[in-house]
Amino acid sequence: MAFFLETLFGGLMTGMLYSLVALGFVLIFKASGVFNFAQGAMVLIAALSMARFSAWIPHWLGFESLILANILAFAVTAIFMWLIAIIIERFVLRYLVNQEGTTLLMATIGISYFLDGMGQLIFGSSVYTIDVGMPKDPAFILESVFEGGVLVSLEDLTAAVVAAALVAVLAFFFQYTSVGRALRAVADDHQAAQSIGIPLNRIWVVVWTVAGLAALVAGIVWGSKFGVQFTLSTAALRALPVVILGGLTSVPGAIIGGLIIGVGEKLSEVYLGPYVGGGIEIWFAYMLAMVFLLFRPQGLFGEKIIDRV
Amino acid sequence: MFYRENGQFKSSYRADQQIFPIRQDRIFMLGLLAVAFVAVPALASNYFLQAIFIPFLILALAAIGLNILVGYCGQISIGSGAFMAVGAYAAWNFGVRIPAMPLVLQILLGGAFATIVGVIFGIPSLRIRGLYLAVATLAAQFFVDWAFLRIPYFTNYSSSGNVSVPALTAFGLPVQTPMQRYLFVLAFVLVFAVLAKNLVRGAIGRQWMAIRDMDVAASVIGIRPVYAKLTAFAVSSFIIGVAGALWAYIHLGSWEPLAFDLTRSLQLLFIVIIGGLGSIVGSFFGAAFMVLLPVFLTNVPHMFGLSLAVDTASHIEHMVFGALIVFFLIVEPHGLARLWSIGKEKLRIWPFPH
Repeated sequence: MAFFLETLFGGLMTGMLYSLVALGFVLIFKASGVFNFAQGAMVLIAALSMARFSAWIPHWLGFESLILANILAFAVTAIFMWLIAIIIERFVLRYLVNQEGTTLLMATIGISYFLDGMGQLIFGSSVYTIDVGMPKDPAFILESVFEGGVLVSLEDLTAAVVAAALVAVLAFFFQYTSVGRALRAVADDHQAAQSIGIPLNRIWVVVWTVAGLAALVAGIVWGSKFGVQFTLSTAALRALPVVILGGLTSVPGAIIGGLIIGVGEKLSEVYLGPYVGGGIEIWFAYMLAMVFLLFRPQGLFGEKIIDRV
Repeated sequence: MFYRENGQFKSSYRADQQIFPIRQDRIFMLGLLAVAFVAVPALASNYFLQAIFIPFLILALAAIGLNILVGYCGQISIGSGAFMAVGAYAAWNFGVRIPAMPLVLQILLGGAFATIVGVIFGIPSLRIRGLYLAVATLAAQFFVDWAFLRIPYFTNYSSSGNVSVPALTAFGLPVQTPMQRYLFVLAFVLVFAVLAKNLVRGAIGRQWMAIRDMDVAASVIGIRPVYAKLTAFAVSSFIIGVAGALWAYIHLGSWEPLAFDLTRSLQLLFIVIIGGLGSIVGSFFGAAFMVLLPVFLTNVPHMFGLSLAVDTASHIEHMVFGALIVFFLIVEPHGLARLWSIGKEKLRIWPFPH
């Protein structure tokens, strides 16, 4: 039982990490109808920039403080993601308005190639570390209930808290700020939003920046856990089943979907994996999402698809 | 001036409905075939045959398969690398376990197995649509990758999943030198291209297109979505499976599951989009673009006398590749096939403006 709970907690926390990446997808899809395959590349480039600048900045300015270095690196990376958002809007999205979903998907795959190459060109392609002082030691909880307690990784727990906080901030941003309201209007109907004077281009920059910041947070958390390297860009592939399971248009869906996929993945790997040779978590997540979709084709919380002739 | 159909009267439906209704097109096609079958093998060096022509033809074949699914039936698939892998490994397993089986039959059976897997993974398309389906097809990709890495039976218990084919012969003729392999592949591609072209012109092709344009409306006028979608998946994965077997047997010779990973699937999808959705000739243009671009990108810095470190060069290649794809999508979202047909229209009235 204790082991089951450990696996369950582990799954929930991995799930929160998936939700972080999934959030980026959902934000962009809601606001611009683009299925952003480049989200993984954005996670990679944000993590690379964070890792390198936190090493470079103290070197350039000649100070030692780790906290200050991290704060400055975060700021610089945030600006960097903003610039990327501007470039993408200016040179890609602006020309592809009203194209089919497939074309837009392909364009984002092109963007992801570009960002992968650019990130490694600027920041180098070795394995780097991010140290934002996340606790590394495991902790035991519920010791009174079970003998020996349940092992929980504090690092995962911190990550889960960070993810939850980010979601709360985003929810607030969407619900109560004027930019958030404009975003929701654009998500609802591009034309209507434009006709009442909401500048579409600026909204897209904002959305891609916000998605870039979500990618940055995801990159910091994943990067400090596993090291910053090229495989980070496959993080997006782990998050895709989360997005379709939760529904492409739903922020809560991304969270719940992340938790379901995280738990399902861990439980299947632990309890089913040994019988079939292990390593099943990546396709199991997709299968799980697919089974859910067979019953609800628009995802758990997606907008209902209504067909009209 | 030379390219127009004045004076070419058609006196039967048969003549009206042929693939190339204009005589100049037929002459051009015959010339092209003569070049492909005679001039290229006679003139091209082994490097050109091996590094450009063979991969170009096989990728074009795979793209035709994918185009049937994505371009004609409108079901986006990011899992086509998986069907290539199934074709390759199934063909190889037949070859290893039944040594007497002829090469062509092995390859076709590889395609048949890809068909079965394709239909199974096509079933969700009956419920799931659009981008949701695109992501769901990734399930096929990851499952197949995993199966060939982790289930030792498929790779005949070779330790790393790496398998290789012995010297090939077909119909008693050797298929070993680059020229022989090129002709072997060319014959396959020609047969399947004609087959595919005729399928999409026929009743089933029209059903696919009706489903693509609007599946609810199509089912209202009496097209069975189940039948249309699953046949599209079946035909498409058969062709992709055959292409996979050819890729493994003829192009690679020895391979591992990694040869058919997600990168391959994305590459095929690029070929289809850049070439033109719903166009057989576009698949060839796209494949040519995709094969020539990396060759071009690696050679351009040398022409200017620049020498870049290997990893810097590969990163720049990545960037240019991505940027070019975006550029092509922006300037011609309907692909190279559209440019081709615009060019043909222009040529018909040339030198007059209207």
